[in-house]
Amino acid sequence: MAAIEIRLPVARKLVVQSLAQGSDKHLVAPGDTITTDTGYMRGHGTYMGDEKLVASVAGAVERVNKLICVKALKTRYNGEVGDIVVGRVTEVQQKRWKVETNARLDSVLLLSSMNLPGGELRRRSAEDELAMRDYLQEGDLISAEVQAVFSDGAVSLHTRSLKYGKLGQGVLVQVSPSLVKRQKTHFHDLPCGASVILGNNGFIWIYPTPEQKDEEAGGFVTNLEPVSVHDREVISRLRNCILALVAQKLMLYDTSIVYCYEASLPHQIKDILKPEVMQEIVLETRQRLLELEG
Amino acid sequence: MDSLLFCLKASVTLEDLRIDGRGCEDYRCIEVETDVVSNTSGSARVKLGHTDILVGVKAEMGTPKLENPKEGYLEFFVDCSANATPEFEGRGGEELATEIVNTLYRIFSNESTIDVKSLCINPREHCWVLYVDVLLLECGGNLFDAISIAVKAALFNTRIPKVRVLEDEEGSKEIELSDDPYDCIRLNVENVPCIITLSKIGCRHVVDATLQEEACSLASLLLSVTSRGTLTCMKKLGNGSLDPESIFEMMETGKRVGKMLHTSLQKILDKEESLGTTRQKVGFLG
Repeated sequence: MAAIEIRLPVARKLVVQSLAQGSDKHLVAPGDTITTDTGYMRGHGTYMGDEKLVASVAGAVERVNKLICVKALKTRYNGEVGDIVVGRVTEVQQKRWKVETNARLDSVLLLSSMNLPGGELRRRSAEDELAMRDYLQEGDLISAEVQAVFSDGAVSLHTRSLKYGKLGQGVLVQVSPSLVKRQKTHFHDLPCGASVILGNNGFIWIYPTPEQKDEEAGGFVTNLEPVSVHDREVISRLRNCILALVAQKLMLYDTSIVYCYEASLPHQIKDILKPEVMQEIVLETRQRLLELEG
Repeated sequence: MDSLLFCLKASVTLEDLRIDGRGCEDYRCIEVETDVVSNTSGSARVKLGHTDILVGVKAEMGTPKLENPKEGYLEFFVDCSANATPEFEGRGGEELATEIVNTLYRIFSNESTIDVKSLCINPREHCWVLYVDVLLLECGGNLFDAISIAVKAALFNTRIPKVRVLEDEEGSKEIELSDDPYDCIRLNVENVPCIITLSKIGCRHVVDATLQEEACSLASLLLSVTSRGTLTCMKKLGNGSLDPESIFEMMETGKRVGKMLHTSLQKILDKEESLGTTRQKVGFLG
């Protein structure tokens, strides 16, 4: 039984900019002037005040030809067609479920966009409507893909593939959507023994890798067998590593998570969240990623 | 919450491993700093994971209570800032604040906690009243523990100016404040208890629950433990039930963890005191 650690606070040191790759990012806070040149078109995160372009959110300035916009660090999720999201069912309505995905509005999962068990393809009947609660209840976690975005910004989801559906045992980590890197695939089976789903909406699901892929289940039957201690340790370590990467504002993708995991192996799982250990691990990860890029 | 509930239940029931890798009796990293607010008699700030508490103690002169004319007293006030969580907007935090205040009054109602007789200046006429104000800056689970640590640290840091009572020939009394601003009395916080909250998840109980773990636990036990391991008061929170055996186990765990918490806290307070003026004040912009 270890002693309880109480410490005195230490002032935070300014992050060394030398590790950044070449281009200096123009970081702004709300109210900062971006430019006084009026020839630019203003994009998201900016407004015109007093003949100059002012930022309205805190983030990095992005310039594409004549368009200036500010990409905020901490935002709500803005849906794009084709994104993978992990969400929690909040309501069961007449022909659809309302799913919370860390966006401004609740996302919608229509009954017709949901896979029926066994992979059947037929028109949804009244019995299906009444049996909706058997498929997904309030509080269930699902993985889905964005099918369409409504005019008000609400997102319509679908689970029309066997890899989407209800999620079983695992750990959910909630981060800012801007930290999840857009990649070809968001479902990763990591070499350490766990699998991870990096939702574009900032919800990250870590779960033990299933031994065999059940094709018939179609994503409805959840495996509730107890998870082994070894798997649970791997998952806890991954969770702490992801939180460490988020605290140091590093982009999250499979390579960065795996490098961070490997860098954290010499430490105990609960020590990863200590400030000095976090900095050390993420520094090592950053260096390895820089080496990888060449 | 179901999948989280199952994963959490399984992990805590079978082995000593929680989601963040801690054991059932491990606390998150605690940061304590005293003397953060300059216009108080004593103050402390405690950061326990994502929970942030600020306590300020102001010593003012008042009249003693009628039932205890030779003693001073403590007054508690808790402010749940709307910055902590959106639920505290407007009057949302009042219920929680009342609960915390009542718990604090209950703990400090014991006469051996703080030597209130030393707070008396003139029996029946003047005494020191310590106004303890607690400000919740951020809510990250395990509020009661963090508040009790902060209150103990702030009382340790409190400096009450020394006063002398001068009597005239006519019998009228005058109170004289000493000229030296560093001439003050300190409080003895050896017997001030700390609150240990034990949350029951599945079949086992955990110390220092995060927000997620608190959502999964149906019942929790609040224990007030002194530095010698004595239990001074106990309160049950939550809708679930606790059977007597688990209550007994939780009490034993609470006493054990409480003793360790007190030793660590006293060590860090003494270390901070010994640094004196060389200590770098971090404060809020650090």
